Amino acid sequence: MSADGDPDKVRRFRDAALPHLDDLYTLARYLMRNQADAEDAVQECYLRALRHFDSYRGPAMKPWLMAILRNVCRAEYARRSNQSAPANSTEADPEMDKTPMWQEPQASPEAVLLRRHDDETIRRIVAGLPQPFREVIVLREINELSYGEIAGVAGVPVGTVMSRLARARAMLRAAWNAEGETPR
Amino acid sequence: MTCEESEVLLHALTDGELDAVHTRDVEAHLAVCPACTEKLKAFGAMRDAMAAAHLKEAAPAHLRRRIEAAIPAPATRVSGLSKSWQTSWRTFFGGFSIGTAFSAAVAATLLIAVVRDDHDQRIASEVVSAHLRSLQAGHLTDVETSDQHTVKPWFNGKLDVAPPVIDLTAEDFTLIGGRLDDINGETAAALVYRRRHHVINLFVARHPAGEHARAGSETRHGFNVRHWTDEGIDFWAVSDINASELDEFCKKFTAAVHSASAPS
Repeated sequence: MSADGDPDKVRRFRDAALPHLDDLYTLARYLMRNQADAEDAVQECYLRALRHFDSYRGPAMKPWLMAILRNVCRAEYARRSNQSAPANSTEADPEMDKTPMWQEPQASPEAVLLRRHDDETIRRIVAGLPQPFREVIVLREINELSYGEIAGVAGVPVGTVMSRLARARAMLRAAWNAEGETPR
Repeated sequence: MTCEESEVLLHALTDGELDAVHTRDVEAHLAVCPACTEKLKAFGAMRDAMAAAHLKEAAPAHLRRRIEAAIPAPATRVSGLSKSWQTSWRTFFGGFSIGTAFSAAVAATLLIAVVRDDHDQRIASEVVSAHLRSLQAGHLTDVETSDQHTVKPWFNGKLDVAPPVIDLTAEDFTLIGGRLDDINGETAAALVYRRRHHVINLFVARHPAGEHARAGSETRHGFNVRHWTDEGIDFWAVSDINASELDEFCKKFTAAVHSASAPS
Protein backbone atom coordinates (compact mmCIF):
# COMPACT_ATOMS: atom_id res chain seq x y z
CA MET A 1 0.00 0.00 0.00
CA SER A 2 2.82 2.34 0.79
CA ALA A 3 3.93 1.78 -2.81
CA ASP A 4 2.01 5.02 -3.33
CA GLY A 5 5.30 6.66 -2.61
CA ASP A 6 6.87 5.09 -5.68
CA PRO A 7 7.53 8.17 -7.80
CA ASP A 8 7.69 6.20 -11.01
CA LYS A 9 4.27 4.72 -10.36
CA VAL A 10 2.74 8.11 -9.64
CA ARG A 11 4.25 9.52 -12.81
CA ARG A 12 2.94 6.64 -14.90
CA PHE A 13 -0.46 7.01 -13.33
CA ARG A 14 -0.63 10.74 -14.03
CA ASP A 15 0.45 10.25 -17.63
CA ALA A 16 -2.11 7.52 -18.20
CA ALA A 17 -5.05 8.87 -16.22
CA LEU A 18 -5.06 12.67 -16.33
CA PRO A 19 -5.76 12.92 -20.09
CA HIS A 20 -9.19 11.37 -19.44
CA LEU A 21 -10.29 14.04 -17.00
CA ASP A 22 -12.75 15.73 -19.38
CA ASP A 23 -14.36 12.42 -20.33
CA LEU A 24 -14.71 11.41 -16.70
CA TYR A 25 -16.12 14.77 -15.76
CA THR A 26 -18.66 14.53 -18.59
CA LEU A 27 -19.79 11.11 -17.41
CA ALA A 28 -19.98 12.30 -13.81
CA ARG A 29 -22.07 15.30 -14.83
CA TYR A 30 -24.65 13.00 -16.42
CA LEU A 31 -24.60 10.47 -13.61
CA MET A 32 -24.70 12.93 -10.71
CA ARG A 33 -26.71 15.83 -12.15
CA ASN A 34 -25.07 18.35 -9.87
CA GLN A 35 -21.74 19.96 -10.48
CA ALA A 36 -20.31 19.83 -6.96
CA ASP A 37 -21.17 16.14 -6.57
CA ALA A 38 -19.77 15.38 -10.02
CA GLU A 39 -16.48 17.08 -9.11
CA ASP A 40 -16.24 15.20 -5.83
CA ALA A 41 -16.94 11.92 -7.60
CA VAL A 42 -14.24 12.52 -10.20
CA GLN A 43 -11.68 13.36 -7.54
CA GLU A 44 -12.59 10.29 -5.53
CA CYS A 45 -12.29 8.23 -8.71
CA TYR A 46 -8.71 9.42 -9.26
CA LEU A 47 -7.70 8.72 -5.68
CA ARG A 48 -9.15 5.21 -5.84
CA ALA A 49 -7.62 4.56 -9.23
CA LEU A 50 -4.19 5.53 -7.91
CA ARG A 51 -4.61 3.15 -4.98
CA HIS A 52 -5.48 0.31 -7.32
CA PHE A 53 -3.05 1.21 -10.08
CA ASP A 54 -0.69 -1.58 -9.01
CA SER A 55 -3.29 -4.18 -9.86
CA TYR A 56 -4.32 -2.51 -13.12
CA ARG A 57 -3.77 -4.87 -16.03
CA GLY A 58 -6.20 -3.43 -18.52
CA PRO A 59 -8.70 -2.96 -20.15
CA ALA A 60 -7.90 0.35 -21.76
CA MET A 61 -7.37 3.14 -19.24
CA LYS A 62 -10.52 5.08 -20.12
CA PRO A 63 -13.08 2.31 -19.50
CA TRP A 64 -11.16 1.25 -16.40
CA LEU A 65 -11.42 4.74 -14.93
CA MET A 66 -15.06 4.97 -15.96
CA ALA A 67 -15.87 1.72 -14.18
CA ILE A 68 -14.35 3.16 -11.01
CA LEU A 69 -16.17 6.44 -11.45
CA ARG A 70 -19.46 4.64 -11.98
CA ASN A 71 -18.97 2.74 -8.73
CA VAL A 72 -18.22 5.96 -6.88
CA CYS A 73 -21.36 7.58 -8.26
CA ARG A 74 -23.54 4.59 -7.44
CA ALA A 75 -22.18 4.34 -3.92
CA GLU A 76 -22.97 8.00 -3.41
CA TYR A 77 -26.51 7.50 -4.70
CA ALA A 78 -26.99 4.47 -2.48
CA ARG A 79 -25.78 6.45 0.52
CA ARG A 80 -28.23 9.23 -0.23
CA SER A 81 -31.22 7.03 -0.85
CA ASN A 82 -30.48 5.37 2.50
CA GLN A 83 -30.67 8.76 4.11
CA SER A 84 -33.86 9.91 2.48
CA ALA A 85 -36.59 7.33 2.94
CA PRO A 86 -37.98 6.80 -0.56
CA ALA A 87 -35.46 4.35 -2.01
CA ASN A 88 -35.20 5.85 -5.43
CA SER A 89 -33.74 2.82 -7.15
CA THR A 90 -31.04 3.74 -9.61
CA GLU A 91 -31.06 0.30 -11.19
CA ALA A 92 -33.74 -0.60 -13.66
CA ASP A 93 -36.28 -3.15 -12.70
CA PRO A 94 -34.87 -6.29 -14.35
CA GLU A 95 -38.24 -6.83 -15.99
CA MET A 96 -37.94 -3.52 -17.71
CA ASP A 97 -35.14 -4.78 -19.88
CA LYS A 98 -37.37 -7.49 -21.24
CA THR A 99 -40.52 -5.51 -21.86
CA PRO A 100 -40.49 -4.45 -25.47
CA MET A 101 -41.66 -0.98 -24.58
CA TRP A 102 -39.85 0.50 -27.51
CA GLN A 103 -42.56 -0.67 -29.89
CA GLU A 104 -43.60 2.77 -30.92
CA PRO A 105 -46.54 3.67 -33.11
CA GLN A 106 -45.68 2.93 -36.69
CA ALA A 107 -43.28 5.50 -38.00
CA SER A 108 -45.08 8.09 -40.02
CA PRO A 109 -42.98 9.72 -42.76
CA GLU A 110 -42.50 12.97 -40.85
CA ALA A 111 -41.34 11.14 -37.74
CA VAL A 112 -38.27 10.10 -39.68
CA LEU A 113 -37.36 13.72 -40.20
CA LEU A 114 -35.44 14.61 -37.11
CA ARG A 115 -36.19 17.78 -35.25
CA ARG A 116 -33.23 20.05 -34.92
CA HIS A 117 -32.21 20.85 -31.38
CA ASP A 118 -29.44 22.95 -30.00
CA ASP A 119 -26.74 21.39 -27.79
CA GLU A 120 -28.39 22.51 -24.58
CA THR A 121 -31.69 20.87 -25.48
CA ILE A 122 -29.99 17.63 -26.46
CA ARG A 123 -28.11 17.63 -23.18
CA ARG A 124 -31.35 18.11 -21.30
CA ILE A 125 -33.06 15.29 -23.18
CA VAL A 126 -30.20 12.90 -22.37
CA ALA A 127 -30.21 14.01 -18.74
CA GLY A 128 -33.92 13.21 -18.56
CA LEU A 129 -33.47 9.52 -19.34
CA PRO A 130 -33.73 7.04 -16.45
CA GLN A 131 -30.36 6.01 -15.01
CA PRO A 132 -29.29 2.79 -16.83
CA PHE A 133 -30.42 4.22 -20.18
CA ARG A 134 -28.81 7.58 -19.61
CA GLU A 135 -25.61 5.81 -18.69
CA VAL A 136 -25.50 3.63 -21.79
CA ILE A 137 -26.23 6.61 -24.06
CA VAL A 138 -23.48 8.72 -22.49
CA LEU A 139 -20.95 5.90 -22.64
CA ARG A 140 -21.79 5.11 -26.25
CA GLU A 141 -22.64 8.42 -27.93
CA ILE A 142 -20.59 10.87 -25.93
CA ASN A 143 -17.67 8.86 -24.58
CA GLU A 144 -17.61 6.59 -27.64
CA LEU A 145 -16.91 3.31 -25.87
CA SER A 146 -17.37 0.01 -27.67
CA TYR A 147 -20.10 -2.39 -26.57
CA GLY A 148 -17.52 -4.59 -24.88
CA GLU A 149 -16.12 -1.64 -22.95
CA ILE A 150 -19.58 -0.49 -21.89
CA ALA A 151 -20.31 -4.02 -20.67
CA GLY A 152 -17.15 -3.83 -18.56
CA VAL A 153 -18.02 -0.43 -17.12
CA ALA A 154 -21.63 -1.27 -16.32
CA GLY A 155 -20.82 -4.81 -15.19
CA VAL A 156 -23.40 -6.46 -17.45
CA PRO A 157 -23.15 -8.85 -20.44
CA VAL A 158 -22.83 -7.40 -23.94
CA GLY A 159 -26.32 -8.67 -24.74
CA THR A 160 -27.73 -6.47 -22.00
CA VAL A 161 -25.79 -3.51 -23.35
CA MET A 162 -27.38 -4.10 -26.75
CA SER A 163 -30.93 -4.31 -25.46
CA ARG A 164 -30.45 -1.32 -23.15
CA LEU A 165 -29.01 0.73 -25.95
CA ALA A 166 -31.94 -0.16 -28.22
CA ARG A 167 -34.38 0.91 -25.53
CA ALA A 168 -32.37 3.97 -24.63
CA ARG A 169 -32.31 5.19 -28.22
CA ALA A 170 -36.03 4.56 -28.61
CA MET A 171 -36.72 6.58 -25.46
CA LEU A 172 -34.31 9.24 -26.59
CA ARG A 173 -36.00 9.46 -29.95
CA ALA A 174 -39.45 9.75 -28.41
CA ALA A 175 -38.25 12.52 -26.09
CA TRP A 176 -36.40 14.13 -28.96
CA ASN A 177 -39.52 14.34 -31.09
CA ALA A 178 -41.74 15.41 -28.20
CA GLU A 179 -39.35 18.18 -27.21
CA GLY A 180 -40.62 21.57 -28.21
CA GLU A 181 -43.94 20.14 -29.41
CA THR A 182 -46.19 21.41 -26.64
CA PRO A 183 -45.40 25.11 -26.65
CA ARG A 184 -46.42 26.09 -30.09
CA MET B 1 -35.81 -12.51 -38.48
CA THR B 2 -38.59 -10.69 -36.66
CA CYS B 3 -38.89 -6.92 -36.32
CA GLU B 4 -38.26 -7.29 -32.61
CA GLU B 5 -34.92 -9.02 -33.16
CA SER B 6 -33.96 -6.58 -35.85
CA GLU B 7 -34.88 -3.72 -33.52
CA VAL B 8 -31.97 -4.58 -31.23
CA LEU B 9 -29.52 -5.64 -33.91
CA LEU B 10 -29.89 -2.64 -36.15
CA HIS B 11 -28.25 -0.52 -33.48
CA ALA B 12 -25.30 -2.84 -33.43
CA LEU B 13 -25.28 -2.58 -37.20
CA THR B 14 -25.04 1.23 -37.20
CA ASP B 15 -22.45 1.08 -34.43
CA GLY B 16 -20.31 -1.30 -36.45
CA GLU B 17 -20.51 -3.90 -33.69
CA LEU B 18 -22.30 -6.65 -35.58
CA ASP B 19 -20.56 -9.78 -36.84
CA ALA B 20 -20.80 -10.81 -40.46
CA VAL B 21 -23.45 -13.48 -39.99
CA HIS B 22 -25.86 -11.21 -38.12
CA THR B 23 -25.15 -8.32 -40.45
CA ARG B 24 -26.32 -10.44 -43.34
CA ASP B 25 -29.45 -11.45 -41.43
CA VAL B 26 -30.38 -7.90 -40.48
CA GLU B 27 -29.76 -6.59 -43.95
CA ALA B 28 -31.95 -9.36 -45.35
CA HIS B 29 -34.73 -8.28 -42.96
CA LEU B 30 -34.30 -4.61 -43.78
CA ALA B 31 -34.65 -5.37 -47.48
CA VAL B 32 -38.18 -6.57 -46.91
CA CYS B 33 -39.27 -4.38 -43.96
CA PRO B 34 -39.82 -0.68 -44.68
CA ALA B 35 -40.71 0.04 -41.02
CA CYS B 36 -37.34 -1.20 -39.76
CA THR B 37 -35.59 0.59 -42.60
CA GLU B 38 -37.22 3.84 -41.51
CA LYS B 39 -36.09 3.25 -37.96
CA LEU B 40 -32.56 2.60 -39.07
CA LYS B 41 -32.56 5.96 -40.85
CA ALA B 42 -34.11 7.79 -37.93
CA PHE B 43 -31.67 6.38 -35.40
CA GLY B 44 -28.80 7.08 -37.76
CA ALA B 45 -29.90 10.70 -38.07
CA MET B 46 -30.20 11.03 -34.30
CA ARG B 47 -26.78 9.54 -33.78
CA ASP B 48 -25.27 11.95 -36.30
CA ALA B 49 -27.00 14.89 -34.62
CA MET B 50 -25.58 13.86 -31.26
CA ALA B 51 -22.13 13.40 -32.69
CA ALA B 52 -22.32 16.89 -34.20
CA ALA B 53 -23.47 18.48 -30.96
CA HIS B 54 -20.93 19.43 -28.36
CA LEU B 55 -22.02 17.23 -25.52
CA LYS B 56 -18.64 16.71 -23.91
CA GLU B 57 -17.87 18.96 -21.04
CA ALA B 58 -14.48 20.28 -20.13
CA ALA B 59 -13.53 19.74 -16.52
CA PRO B 60 -13.36 23.09 -14.72
CA ALA B 61 -9.84 24.38 -14.09
CA HIS B 62 -10.25 24.30 -10.32
CA LEU B 63 -11.13 20.59 -10.46
CA ARG B 64 -8.06 19.88 -12.55
CA ARG B 65 -5.89 21.72 -10.03
CA ARG B 66 -7.48 19.89 -7.14
CA ILE B 67 -6.87 16.50 -8.71
CA GLU B 68 -3.35 17.32 -9.80
CA ALA B 69 -2.61 18.39 -6.24
CA ALA B 70 -4.12 15.20 -4.87
CA ILE B 71 -1.84 13.07 -7.04
CA PRO B 72 1.26 15.24 -7.05
CA ALA B 73 3.85 14.79 -9.75
CA PRO B 74 6.96 13.34 -8.09
CA ALA B 75 9.14 16.25 -9.16
CA THR B 76 6.94 18.90 -7.61
CA ARG B 77 6.17 16.89 -4.53
CA VAL B 78 6.80 18.88 -1.39
CA SER B 79 9.37 17.16 0.74
CA GLY B 80 7.72 16.84 4.02
CA LEU B 81 8.03 15.50 7.45
CA SER B 82 10.95 15.11 9.74
CA LYS B 83 11.72 11.59 8.58
CA SER B 84 12.08 12.51 4.97
CA TRP B 85 14.10 15.54 6.01
CA GLN B 86 16.49 13.31 7.88
CA THR B 87 16.81 10.95 4.95
CA SER B 88 17.54 13.76 2.58
CA TRP B 89 20.11 15.12 5.02
CA ARG B 90 21.77 11.74 5.13
CA THR B 91 22.04 11.38 1.38
CA PHE B 92 23.10 14.98 1.27
CA PHE B 93 26.00 14.43 3.63
CA GLY B 94 26.72 11.08 2.02
CA GLY B 95 27.57 13.08 -1.06
CA PHE B 96 30.02 15.13 0.94
CA SER B 97 32.45 12.36 1.68
CA ILE B 98 33.24 11.89 -1.99
CA GLY B 99 32.76 15.50 -2.95
CA THR B 100 35.42 18.03 -3.90
CA ALA B 101 35.90 21.35 -2.14
CA PHE B 102 33.97 22.95 -4.94
CA SER B 103 30.90 20.80 -4.57
CA ALA B 104 31.13 21.21 -0.81
CA ALA B 105 31.00 24.95 -1.30
CA VAL B 106 28.01 24.64 -3.58
CA ALA B 107 26.35 22.32 -1.12
CA ALA B 108 26.99 24.73 1.72
CA THR B 109 25.18 27.44 -0.19
CA LEU B 110 22.29 25.10 -0.74
CA LEU B 111 22.29 24.21 2.92
CA ILE B 112 21.95 27.84 3.91
CA ALA B 113 19.21 28.31 1.39
CA VAL B 114 17.32 25.35 2.83
CA VAL B 115 17.83 26.36 6.43
CA ARG B 116 16.76 29.91 5.75
CA ASP B 117 13.59 28.73 4.15
CA ASP B 118 10.84 30.60 5.86
CA HIS B 119 9.67 28.72 8.91
CA ASP B 120 5.96 29.19 8.38
CA GLN B 121 6.19 28.36 4.72
CA ARG B 122 7.93 25.13 5.50
CA ILE B 123 5.39 24.15 8.11
CA ALA B 124 2.57 24.92 5.70
CA SER B 125 4.28 22.58 3.24
CA GLU B 126 4.56 19.89 5.86
CA VAL B 127 0.94 20.27 6.80
CA VAL B 128 -0.16 19.95 3.18
CA SER B 129 2.05 16.97 2.50
CA ALA B 130 0.91 15.26 5.70
CA HIS B 131 -2.66 15.87 4.50
CA LEU B 132 -1.85 14.41 1.07
CA ARG B 133 -0.19 11.36 2.55
CA SER B 134 -3.19 10.73 4.76
CA LEU B 135 -5.40 10.67 1.66
CA GLN B 136 -3.10 8.59 -0.50
CA ALA B 137 -1.72 5.92 1.74
CA GLY B 138 -5.06 4.62 2.98
CA HIS B 139 -3.97 5.64 6.45
CA LEU B 140 -6.43 8.35 7.26
CA THR B 141 -7.15 7.28 10.81
CA ASP B 142 -5.51 5.19 13.53
CA VAL B 143 -8.66 5.30 15.57
CA GLU B 144 -11.78 5.38 13.47
CA THR B 145 -14.91 6.56 15.18
CA SER B 146 -17.25 9.47 15.22
CA ASP B 147 -17.33 9.38 19.01
CA GLN B 148 -15.25 12.17 20.49
CA HIS B 149 -15.14 10.32 23.81
CA THR B 150 -13.30 7.46 22.12
CA VAL B 151 -10.91 9.63 20.16
CA LYS B 152 -9.81 11.84 23.02
CA PRO B 153 -8.55 9.11 25.41
CA TRP B 154 -6.87 7.35 22.51
CA PHE B 155 -4.34 10.17 22.38
CA ASN B 156 -3.53 9.82 26.09
CA GLY B 157 0.16 9.21 26.66
CA LYS B 158 0.95 9.53 22.96
CA LEU B 159 1.37 13.29 23.00
CA ASP B 160 2.58 16.00 25.31
CA VAL B 161 -0.70 17.79 24.83
CA ALA B 162 -4.31 16.75 25.22
CA PRO B 163 -5.95 17.73 21.95
CA PRO B 164 -9.47 19.08 22.26
CA VAL B 165 -11.65 16.63 20.35
CA ILE B 166 -14.87 18.21 19.27
CA ASP B 167 -17.73 16.56 17.45
CA LEU B 168 -19.10 18.96 14.87
CA THR B 169 -21.52 16.59 13.19
CA ALA B 170 -24.36 18.95 13.99
CA GLU B 171 -22.51 21.63 12.06
CA ASP B 172 -22.08 19.26 9.11
CA PHE B 173 -18.43 18.54 9.82
CA THR B 174 -18.38 14.88 10.78
CA LEU B 175 -15.61 13.64 13.03
CA ILE B 176 -14.37 10.39 11.52
CA GLY B 177 -11.37 9.66 13.69
CA GLY B 178 -7.86 10.55 14.71
CA ARG B 179 -4.29 9.58 14.00
CA LEU B 180 -0.76 10.41 15.02
CA ASP B 181 1.30 12.35 12.56
CA ASP B 182 4.21 14.68 12.79
CA ILE B 183 4.64 18.30 11.94
CA ASN B 184 7.87 20.20 12.15
CA GLY B 185 9.57 17.19 13.71
CA GLU B 186 7.11 17.09 16.58
CA THR B 187 4.46 14.47 17.09
CA ALA B 188 1.07 15.94 16.42
CA ALA B 189 -2.49 14.73 16.72
CA ALA B 190 -4.46 14.71 13.53
CA LEU B 191 -8.21 14.95 13.95
CA VAL B 192 -10.02 13.93 10.82
CA TYR B 193 -13.31 15.46 9.77
CA ARG B 194 -15.39 14.97 6.69
CA ARG B 195 -17.54 17.45 4.83
CA ARG B 196 -19.36 15.79 1.91
CA HIS B 197 -16.53 13.99 0.06
CA HIS B 198 -13.86 16.24 1.46
CA VAL B 199 -11.49 15.42 4.24
CA ILE B 200 -10.31 18.02 6.71
CA ASN B 201 -7.18 17.23 8.69
CA LEU B 202 -6.83 19.27 11.84
CA PHE B 203 -3.30 18.97 13.20
CA VAL B 204 -2.86 19.75 16.86
CA ALA B 205 0.50 20.18 18.62
CA ARG B 206 1.92 21.96 21.63
CA HIS B 207 3.02 25.47 20.83
CA PRO B 208 6.80 25.78 21.34
CA ALA B 209 7.51 27.78 24.50
CA GLY B 210 8.95 31.21 23.93
CA GLU B 211 7.71 31.52 20.38
CA HIS B 212 5.21 34.12 19.39
CA ALA B 213 1.77 32.87 18.61
CA ARG B 214 1.18 32.87 14.89
CA ALA B 215 -1.93 32.78 12.81
CA GLY B 216 -2.34 32.71 9.10
CA SER B 217 -4.06 31.34 6.09
CA GLU B 218 -2.82 30.38 2.70
CA THR B 219 -3.40 28.20 -0.29
CA ARG B 220 -0.89 25.60 -1.37
CA HIS B 221 -1.18 23.20 -4.26
CA GLY B 222 -4.90 23.87 -4.29
CA PHE B 223 -5.35 23.19 -0.58
CA ASN B 224 -6.43 25.74 1.95
CA VAL B 225 -4.41 25.92 5.14
CA ARG B 226 -5.38 27.76 8.33
CA HIS B 227 -3.12 28.12 11.31
CA TRP B 228 -3.83 29.54 14.75
CA THR B 229 -2.59 29.25 18.29
CA ASP B 230 -4.97 28.97 21.17
CA GLU B 231 -4.04 28.56 24.84
CA GLY B 232 -0.62 27.14 24.13
CA ILE B 233 -1.74 24.78 21.40
CA ASP B 234 -1.01 25.13 17.69
CA PHE B 235 -3.72 24.22 15.23
CA TRP B 236 -3.42 23.73 11.49
CA ALA B 237 -6.51 22.93 9.45
CA VAL B 238 -6.01 21.76 5.88
CA SER B 239 -8.50 20.68 3.26
CA ASP B 240 -9.55 21.04 -0.33
CA ILE B 241 -12.93 22.48 0.66
CA ASN B 242 -13.29 26.09 -0.28
CA ALA B 243 -11.80 28.83 1.83
CA SER B 244 -15.05 30.07 3.34
CA GLU B 245 -16.07 26.58 4.44
CA LEU B 246 -12.70 26.01 6.04
CA ASP B 247 -13.02 29.35 7.84
CA GLU B 248 -16.43 28.26 9.04
CA PHE B 249 -14.93 25.01 10.30
CA CYS B 250 -12.18 26.84 12.22
CA LYS B 251 -14.64 29.26 13.73
CA LYS B 252 -17.05 26.54 14.84
CA PHE B 253 -14.24 24.41 16.21
CA THR B 254 -12.75 27.27 18.24
CA ALA B 255 -16.13 28.32 19.54
CA ALA B 256 -16.90 24.74 20.62
CA VAL B 257 -13.51 24.42 22.35
CA HIS B 258 -14.16 27.53 24.39
CA SER B 259 -17.69 26.62 25.34
CA ALA B 260 -16.52 23.14 26.39
CA SER B 261 -13.28 24.14 28.10
CA ALA B 262 -14.72 24.80 31.56
CA PRO B 263 -14.45 21.19 32.88
CA SER B 264 -11.68 18.71 31.90
